[in-house]
Amino acid sequence: MSADDDVVLEMTGIRKVFPGVVALDGVDLWLRAGEVHALMGENGAGKSTLIKVLTGVYDIDGGDVRLAGQPVRFGGPLAAQQAGISTVYQEVNLCANLSVAENILLGREPRRLGKIRWGAMRRRARELLAGLDLDLDVTAPLSTYSLAIQQMVAIARAVDIDAKVLILDEPTSSLDASEVQRLFEVMRRLKNQGVAIVFVSHFLDQVYQVADRMTVLRNGTLVGEFRTAELPPMRLVAAMIGKELATLEDLEKQPTGRVQKAEPLLEAEDLGRQGGIEPFTLSIHAGEIVGLAGLLGSGRTELARLLFGADRADAGRLKVDGKNAVFRTPRAAMSRGIAFSSENRRTEGVVGDLSVRDNVILALQASRGWMRPVSRRRADELADQYIKALQIRPADPDRLVKDLSGGNQQKVLLARWLITQPRLFIVDEPTRGIDVGAKAEIQRLIAELADGGMAVLFVSAELEEVLRLSHKIEILRERRLVEELENTDAVDATRIMQTIAGEQAS
Amino acid sequence: MTTDTTAPDQTPSSIIGRPKRQRWQPDRQHVPVIATLTLLAFMYGIGVVNYEGFDDIQVVLNIFVDGAFLLVVAVGMTFVILTGGIDLSVGAVIALTTTLGATLLHAGWPAGVVLPLLLLLGTTLGLAMGAVIHYFEVEPFIATLAGMFLARGLALLINRNSIPIDNGFWVSVAQERIRFDKGVFISSSVVIALLVVLVAAIVLAWTRFGRCVYAIGGNADSALLMGLPVARTRVAVYGISGFCAALGGVLYSFYTLSGYSLHAQGLELDAIAAVVIGGVLLAGGSGYLFGTVLGVLVLGLIQTIITFQGTLSSWWTRIVVGVLLFAFIVLQRVVAGKRSVQR
Repeated sequence: MSADDDVVLEMTGIRKVFPGVVALDGVDLWLRAGEVHALMGENGAGKSTLIKVLTGVYDIDGGDVRLAGQPVRFGGPLAAQQAGISTVYQEVNLCANLSVAENILLGREPRRLGKIRWGAMRRRARELLAGLDLDLDVTAPLSTYSLAIQQMVAIARAVDIDAKVLILDEPTSSLDASEVQRLFEVMRRLKNQGVAIVFVSHFLDQVYQVADRMTVLRNGTLVGEFRTAELPPMRLVAAMIGKELATLEDLEKQPTGRVQKAEPLLEAEDLGRQGGIEPFTLSIHAGEIVGLAGLLGSGRTELARLLFGADRADAGRLKVDGKNAVFRTPRAAMSRGIAFSSENRRTEGVVGDLSVRDNVILALQASRGWMRPVSRRRADELADQYIKALQIRPADPDRLVKDLSGGNQQKVLLARWLITQPRLFIVDEPTRGIDVGAKAEIQRLIAELADGGMAVLFVSAELEEVLRLSHKIEILRERRLVEELENTDAVDATRIMQTIAGEQAS
Repeated sequence: MTTDTTAPDQTPSSIIGRPKRQRWQPDRQHVPVIATLTLLAFMYGIGVVNYEGFDDIQVVLNIFVDGAFLLVVAVGMTFVILTGGIDLSVGAVIALTTTLGATLLHAGWPAGVVLPLLLLLGTTLGLAMGAVIHYFEVEPFIATLAGMFLARGLALLINRNSIPIDNGFWVSVAQERIRFDKGVFISSSVVIALLVVLVAAIVLAWTRFGRCVYAIGGNADSALLMGLPVARTRVAVYGISGFCAALGGVLYSFYTLSGYSLHAQGLELDAIAAVVIGGVLLAGGSGYLFGTVLGVLVLGLIQTIITFQGTLSSWWTRIVVGVLLFAFIVLQRVVAGKRSVQR
């Protein structure tokens, strides 16, 4: 069925530039009829940009798109749809208040003299659903069905647009295991009908179940196109992260001071949250850096948020200093000396329109309550002190944070939490998207903090970083804590990647 | 596609998730309309039991006669509220159309020119507000509030006094009565209003435009991604509301045979109340035009009962409407709440 020359869509040398950033550079994507093609890459690798180019949301700055051999340029999502490229987005983008039939056929209703022929419409909707092996009451509002069914309805809608290319962007993130299998059945059926399917997912095992081929992106560039059968999970992870195995193994590890194992500062026993992370057990001691490793979507952030009370746990227990603690809100966690610096620097972290000084004292002020304002003199002192200590540049407390570089914004965020003098500091992706120099400074800072007795939970997508800093490494896969490793000399990136990729350690 | 009907369904039934219907229960979307219908019957029953002569058919017909202009305005409002918007300008547009109409007729303009001009004016104003709302992403509340001040201000600018209308066409339409057996009658305004209701009901239920109105009210972002003409539709509903307000103004001037810049003060709120009592969700996306008709009838019936009662101040109408509004908004919350639990 899937001969190599059956190419439906060719994208070659795609380049897309945003102000200041090259989002895609020289990326190729070839889609063949009757094939499931996985688009792989870490967050920020350019997957979503590429999909938006493909669906006509973005115009390209360079490169060539050919549909069935003919060069095309889509003016917008509607033009792409009309050319036979339809997309099912991660969140179901349908109108839940309307009937199933309408959701499938809205905009293409069968009509006579301008009047919708409801009977014909229901019949057509039933036919389309039957094609996906579904039997629904098409007159019922979409909201009466589960999210999984709504996803299927979205696919039925996409298929009716006589799709040559069907893009499924993270379709499985809200589905449970059996629903995922159901989706895969539908995908195989469509594949056999000759549709080219683009599948984006963070779940490696799902990709291996369903994809025939994959294109791997990294930092907006093409790593390559592979047949799934020829690319074992280990090599896929290496391709996504961007380190050849050999170089990973050579990675130099910084000697880390030993930690006295007194009573743990924080202990989680079977702590978990449905849909977030499965129950895990974890302990952190004073002066210890615990690294969280795993791919994006493996539950790293979810775990961190549970410990900080940003999400409520629905299972297990949490102990601080050996005593039971229940954190209903981040405030409760803060009062016990826990700080959390978010991975979303811009949306959940710094306030761009406030000055460096105001940003730095924000958490301190919050912990004091609005009744006891931090005095201006104290704020000045603190701002100066931390600007110096963290080498925030420019060293101007009145500068608006939005005018700072990413690395310096991150330092402001760290300073804000350090002022509250936390005993446990949870840092989620502190080095993402910042330049090498700033990265090294932040790593050094974290190591120093731990030497000073602070406990640190260090979350990062970058394995080298986790390896270099951590005393202990917790490895997550598919929302489960799968392994805990003492960071000895025997541990290297390969070892961790085996676990991440789901291979048994030999 | 093979139609292999003999193959057993291999999928777990939990995934199919077909809504179970053990016993008959009303479609959730119909609940508010059924509630309004029940209320209406109940109120009518109270009237008939307590007051002599309440069971005269003319009493019911008078509700239509007195409420024809409100009905037309409420139809336009229904379109707007179904998209999740609101139009506060309709009362002021009525004032503007009656004042301008009366002034022009007084100046000797023929009715055949004035009438289309008034309708065009209302529609244009509505379209302009719709364009501001959609393209400049202004809250409908703010944009139509501005429209309200603008229209009322223009009306006051034209003439601050009440102007009588003595145009032949206007007077003859106003006095036209369609009589039935037993001497009961309706005015020509009722016929016009019912015609508007009929056309609007067909548009909402059977045209692509109508369904797009519902889709926008359900989820405007999704509607856009589904490739629906969101911009065009959203601007158009305000145009429809403006047209209905202007037509309502014309009917109002038939009713009073005058133009006055202080006519129909607060009428926008009556129209909104009628739509909400009729079961249209203020958040948009759910409700029927039939409900709006019922809502207008409820308002009219309250007024009628208070008139029959005789000793109550007419402000009791407002108080009852207020209580009913609260009750129906709570009902909407309950129905909407159930829906979200089910998801």
